[in-house]
Amino acid sequence: MELICPAGTPAALRAAVDAGADAVYCGFNDETNARNFPGLNFSRAEMREAIAYAHAQDARVLVAVNTFPRAGSVPLWERAVDDAVAAGADALIVADIGLLAYAAAAHPAQRLHLSVQAAAANPDAIRFYREAFGIRRVVLPRVLAMHEIAAIARAVPCETEVFVFGGLCVMEEGRCSLSSYATGRSPNMHGVCSPASHVGYRDEGGRMVSRLGDFTINRFGPGEPAAYPTLCKGRFRAGETSGYLFEEPVSLDAAALLPALREAGVTALKIEGRQRGRAYIEAVVRAFRRALDALDAGRPIPPGGLQALTEGQTSTEGAYRKGWR
Amino acid sequence: MAVTATTRDDAAIPVVPRPISAAIGVLPLAPLGTALGLVLGAVLRRHRRIFDRLGTHAGKRFGLRPTDLPFALILHADPARPRITLARRLPRDGLHARIAGPLAGLAGLVDGRLDGDALFFSRVLSVEGDIEAVVALRNAIDDAGIDLLGDAASLLGPFARPAERIARTALDVAGGFLHPTGGPKGGTARSGPWN
Repeated sequence: MELICPAGTPAALRAAVDAGADAVYCGFNDETNARNFPGLNFSRAEMREAIAYAHAQDARVLVAVNTFPRAGSVPLWERAVDDAVAAGADALIVADIGLLAYAAAAHPAQRLHLSVQAAAANPDAIRFYREAFGIRRVVLPRVLAMHEIAAIARAVPCETEVFVFGGLCVMEEGRCSLSSYATGRSPNMHGVCSPASHVGYRDEGGRMVSRLGDFTINRFGPGEPAAYPTLCKGRFRAGETSGYLFEEPVSLDAAALLPALREAGVTALKIEGRQRGRAYIEAVVRAFRRALDALDAGRPIPPGGLQALTEGQTSTEGAYRKGWR
Repeated sequence: MAVTATTRDDAAIPVVPRPISAAIGVLPLAPLGTALGLVLGAVLRRHRRIFDRLGTHAGKRFGLRPTDLPFALILHADPARPRITLARRLPRDGLHARIAGPLAGLAGLVDGRLDGDALFFSRVLSVEGDIEAVVALRNAIDDAGIDLLGDAASLLGPFARPAERIARTALDVAGGFLHPTGGPKGGTARSGPWN
């Protein structure tokens, strides 16, 4: 299985490649990708240099153009597609049907991957994208159980890629409006969930209070592990009790499931975290490279030692082991 | 505040022991401020791209408070005249954002050995103020590939390499006297089902 790693900066891309990534995914420094954070991402010149660096190390670069073009601004997204192709991208990761149509027509030889943002979660939907736009790979939503992934991998005429580590989203990938509701900025069209411009932290007698827009997201007690200030991971109070409603602040870690994912026929394993630093990229990529090497050699998967890098200092195997559907 | 974090396996963030911190507290700030200003200049001469990534946040003032030292730093990220000043404590007004954490944590962020989000999750690092500016600064620095010792040693011209070797050895020795911190409350690994 291929190891697909995140990079938010050229330095992170080099770290990922040097740590053993088979491919790195990244985006331009604008709204055309789902990690449009301040100080992050690649200029056109940086993208060309990064692709050259990766190719020299026999690694591939997948360029994410995976937000949904807004009416009146479509040329920005089409230009991102054109520029990624011109820079030598090995594949484009796209979610929007219109943009897929554009990419397939304008660049018929370009390899296209269907972004997780498209939320294609059944064989019929994936077959449609394959037949209509020639996608070569689908990144599966993080809501599928292992047996569902196996069933999809058997049924679809393209490769499958699944997330194995990093942040989780609620069950509306590409359709979530929580951030838009709280801030007016959309992860799906502006490329930023819970934008930092709307985030605030303050100390209240040793407790850290996180806010997003006008909403208090969480109050963390002294020493309690913290989480991203996203509405989906807010702690809600009802009467005398408080707790997490949509999602707990945890990170996905599916290292122990690698044998099952291989058995299921999955082609590629994806690490989330383009917004993270070089230290995260290097540590996670090395851990999963060791795990894949162990898997190939028939040895047990070694402990990753990645807990301290996880959100809330806690990990989960997420929906892969869910038993409620 | 919480004073613990592990970022890779069990590598804890060390803190400066109180007696050493107290001893530093009686020293005058001016000489250290001058030295830090020179280092900042060397870093920025080598890594001008930081200002490109800062974008509209270039020019802002960041308060940096090493929680295990008796002074704080004020970074004015002005592309035309970047400067860093020392103060016994951060001023109440005039800062766009404040970042606090152990010296080793802040230094680890600067040279890319530590991940900022992980330090935040483990409550080692705390931030207040203009979070967008903090995120931009973090990303700009992480991409720059700053080597604090190497950049500082470059000030010494032909003596840069031997000075860097001596400094690294001294830091290794000094590291043995620093106290590693414990883990965050509730930080025990637990793997659970979906929600």
